[in-house]
Amino acid sequence: MKFICLFALLLPFAACADDADYTLVLKDHRFQPEELIVPAGKKIKLKIENRDELAEEFESFALNREKAVAGNGSATLYIGPLEPGRYPFIGEFYEETAKGVIIAK
Amino acid sequence: MFGTAVIVFREVLEAALIIGIVAAATHGIPGSRRWLLAGLLAGLAGAGLVAAFTDAIGALADGIGQELFNAIVLGIAVMMLAWHNIWMSSHGAALAAGARAIGGDIRAGRRECSVLLLIVGLAVLREGSETVLFLYGIAASGNGQSSMLFGGLLGMALGIATGYLIYAGLLRVPLRWFFTATSVLVLLLAAGMASQSAHFLIQADLLPSLAAPLWDTSAALPENGIPGMLLHSLIGYDSRPAGMQLVFYIIALVAIGAGMKLATQAHKEKHSTQGEV
Repeated sequence: MKFICLFALLLPFAACADDADYTLVLKDHRFQPEELIVPAGKKIKLKIENRDELAEEFESFALNREKAVAGNGSATLYIGPLEPGRYPFIGEFYEETAKGVIIAK
Repeated sequence: MFGTAVIVFREVLEAALIIGIVAAATHGIPGSRRWLLAGLLAGLAGAGLVAAFTDAIGALADGIGQELFNAIVLGIAVMMLAWHNIWMSSHGAALAAGARAIGGDIRAGRRECSVLLLIVGLAVLREGSETVLFLYGIAASGNGQSSMLFGGLLGMALGIATGYLIYAGLLRVPLRWFFTATSVLVLLLAAGMASQSAHFLIQADLLPSLAAPLWDTSAALPENGIPGMLLHSLIGYDSRPAGMQLVFYIIALVAIGAGMKLATQAHKEKHSTQGEV
């Protein structure tokens, strides 16, 4: 219960954070765009829109992020601030086609 | 097929290791097997529900519902593991010696069993829901996917076998070391979960990362290799952790460790005044 209260208290902070927004779209188990360029040194709000029927799991070891996205659903997560560089990511469930890279400049 | 096996193995491994360790740790408690099984079944049912409502959960709280959910589930699991370890510090020795639980200890034993149910149930719930999503996807997409389904089952079997190995291995540890071994493992499991819970809160932007990453050992010990995977599940290894994760890890270690020490001391004092151990 205490935990839930703590989270409830923390929620407004998340809501008012002012971050750059980027979107990745999943279609036919491919990401669009496959190369996403983002500014380095800034926290980024990343939205993943899954336009496939089936669920996918966005995963990046380089970014240390993992998140399930339901079929025809979307998900939001925060990454960074990043050092300049390349950060590959995959859709874990359909790894052969669902892959891309985030480039921080 | 191989890819499928690896994905499912990864998801099943963590829950299987947790169950293997707590099953060994509660080996001597009467009725613990039944509670463990109940936890497993409840966890599976919960995993199905969570998988079915992935989108609804994810959409909560401005799209960070999944992180909140995971962080809360992990937080509860950490508290349950802490309770278990502290309880074991005062009751464990008697149980292992085969002493009958008497009087109030029976009630305490029952409470310990419900904690066991929660720990197992939550582990299966969290790790199982992604496996359900994945396997459902394979099943739903139909055409000629039987080799993938076989891969999934293979991964699941391998994960469960690893959990069983750690269980059987722990039971072979001599009694003298048994408590130290199981309580150290449970302590590290709890600390690892605390770190993961911080990780989810950072991903949801509810906590600052402090330093991200604090170190990068992904070249030497990648998390998608077998050793990295095992260490991740067992002690919460992270190849690129945020500073906040380490803070949570250390707080969990110190707090639970202190609780165990206090419980052991209280137990010793109580028994030395009664003139027996």
